[in-house]
Amino acid sequence: MAVRSVLVDLLAGNRGGQILLAVLLAAVVVVPISNLLLPADSVLHVPTYVVSLMGKYLTFALLALSVDLIWGYAGVLSLGHGAFFALGGYAMGMYMMRQIGDRGVYGHPELPDFMVFLDWKELPWYWHGFDWFPFAMVMALVVPGALALVFGWFAFRSRVTGVYLSIITQAMTFALMLAFFRNDMGFGGNNGLTDFKELLGFNLQADGTRVALFCASAAAVALGYLLGRFIVRSRAGRVLVAVRDAETRVRFLGYRVEHYKLFVFVLSAMLAGLAGALYVPQVGIINPSEFAPAASIEIVVWVAVGGRGSLYGAVLGAILVNYAKTVFTGALPDMWLFVLGALFIAVTLFLPKGIVGTVPVFKRAGVRWRRRPGRARSPDSAP
Amino acid sequence: MSDVPVQARPELHDTILYLDGVSVSFDGFKALNDLSFYVEVGELRAVIGPNGAGKTTMMDVVTGKTRPDRGQVEFNGGIDLTQLDEAAIANLGIGRKFQKPTVFEEHTVFDNLELALAGARGVFGSLFARLGAASRERIDGVLETTALISHRDRRAGDLSHGQKQWLEIGMLLMQDPELLLVDEPAAGMTDEETEQTAALLTRIAGSRSVVVVEHDMAFVRGLGCRVTVLHEGAVLAEGTLDAVQNDARVVEVYLGR
Repeated sequence: MAVRSVLVDLLAGNRGGQILLAVLLAAVVVVPISNLLLPADSVLHVPTYVVSLMGKYLTFALLALSVDLIWGYAGVLSLGHGAFFALGGYAMGMYMMRQIGDRGVYGHPELPDFMVFLDWKELPWYWHGFDWFPFAMVMALVVPGALALVFGWFAFRSRVTGVYLSIITQAMTFALMLAFFRNDMGFGGNNGLTDFKELLGFNLQADGTRVALFCASAAAVALGYLLGRFIVRSRAGRVLVAVRDAETRVRFLGYRVEHYKLFVFVLSAMLAGLAGALYVPQVGIINPSEFAPAASIEIVVWVAVGGRGSLYGAVLGAILVNYAKTVFTGALPDMWLFVLGALFIAVTLFLPKGIVGTVPVFKRAGVRWRRRPGRARSPDSAP
Repeated sequence: MSDVPVQARPELHDTILYLDGVSVSFDGFKALNDLSFYVEVGELRAVIGPNGAGKTTMMDVVTGKTRPDRGQVEFNGGIDLTQLDEAAIANLGIGRKFQKPTVFEEHTVFDNLELALAGARGVFGSLFARLGAASRERIDGVLETTALISHRDRRAGDLSHGQKQWLEIGMLLMQDPELLLVDEPAAGMTDEETEQTAALLTRIAGSRSVVVVEHDMAFVRGLGCRVTVLHEGAVLAEGTLDAVQNDARVVEVYLGR
């Protein structure tokens, strides 16, 4: 009952959130039935590659949600969230590398192929423990969280804000990209980690595993949304919005702004890490390109398109932009970056509040139109 | 402090704010130059002075926004403010109102006051904070005091300029500070609003100490309190408004410019 009343509390009067959770619930019911139970020639059958594609979109949605939490509410524009996502992904990748065991190309009983290739004799110390799933999952949250804690502690304590903060987050992800490109880092260098076979003993190529990963991603988006909603509705969430709009005022009210920013930055990094951990088994590879500065900027575009400061808008934006990316990179692969840039400029100029922020404007315009003098209904009888 | 007090308050002789020999310079410009300034418990004090006299810098020093190069800044019997940051100083009981009304525009009037409500300021405390009936009553009380009760659920950004000034004063009251620093509360207000603001600040003083920085002489007259004139980062004159207005040095500073 307590859980139910909290749910009701978080969703009351929140149409966007209600729709989001209903759609996720429907997807978790319909997609498995359609993929696993309906025959492949049925019109309603969803092919497995589509299931994984949608699962990938959902992990991007969770990533966008994490960025909205820090940017849309606390006003901290992080251009380095791709780094937290990639670190979560690497933690999951390391687990799956260890699951390959002696089935690698070189058939080494313990070492992943790339280490054999580099002529390493034993597993580096930081790979220990990653053969155990719970440890790897904890690391997928703790490593991004710890990086955010250290980075944020220095940045927020020194009151680095605005564009300067954005630039140093870019520098952070760029530095990590260069580091992960190096073979002697022990993360597979340029090629990253790939050729995964199993997750928790389930074959990654099997339809059932793919569907389960899709459902896990949908559940993660739902839980991430509810957690985010809980935070932004609390007094702490209102302090964050206050920080966004008038940081100095908040300080003079006696709040430690840096603590609030640090809290939401760390939490956001952990959500991004979770998204990365769910992303890697569905795409089958993690490599340093995930750390590329452009990748982090793309996340911000998703949030801007969907509309920042609503959480569900970020989810919508991530799914729409990535769907468009899939379509465009199929049809005109060279054009995608231009389309993305044009989209960002168009949204900034014409939809500064994104899609979800613009819908109410149309609604109000509609109400005004219906209430024009000369229309039969009086304003009082309008619903 | 030996000048004629405007209101005789024999029982209130403790200083709540004590600045002695405070100097601050920005790139060679001396914003405060060996400033000494005292405020008594429960006192209402107006600070006037031409632009660049150091009024806002003085508030910055007291509230921890600016560290002084030299000098003593003490609060309430020896608490050294120069070692503390803004949040710590605010939690000691010093509230500040900015020159430009600064409220949380996206929040409702009620939420603005709730955030200012005295209480726990930690992240985890406020994550699970619930607003009790007593707190609600207190917020409604301040809404009454500031004549914003009918705007309770409006977005603060939609208020008029004068209402925002009042909301910010209301937020100070919610903080329940012992000392209020108020920077140009009457800026941009109509004559009637100015009068009401003066009355409000006079009511607040007595139970708390209030320092008001203001340009508007009519407003300062309405406060009916001791006046400190700052010039080039130091105190030029102090006393009743009539006394300082007749002070030859003050006349020269104001008219000589």
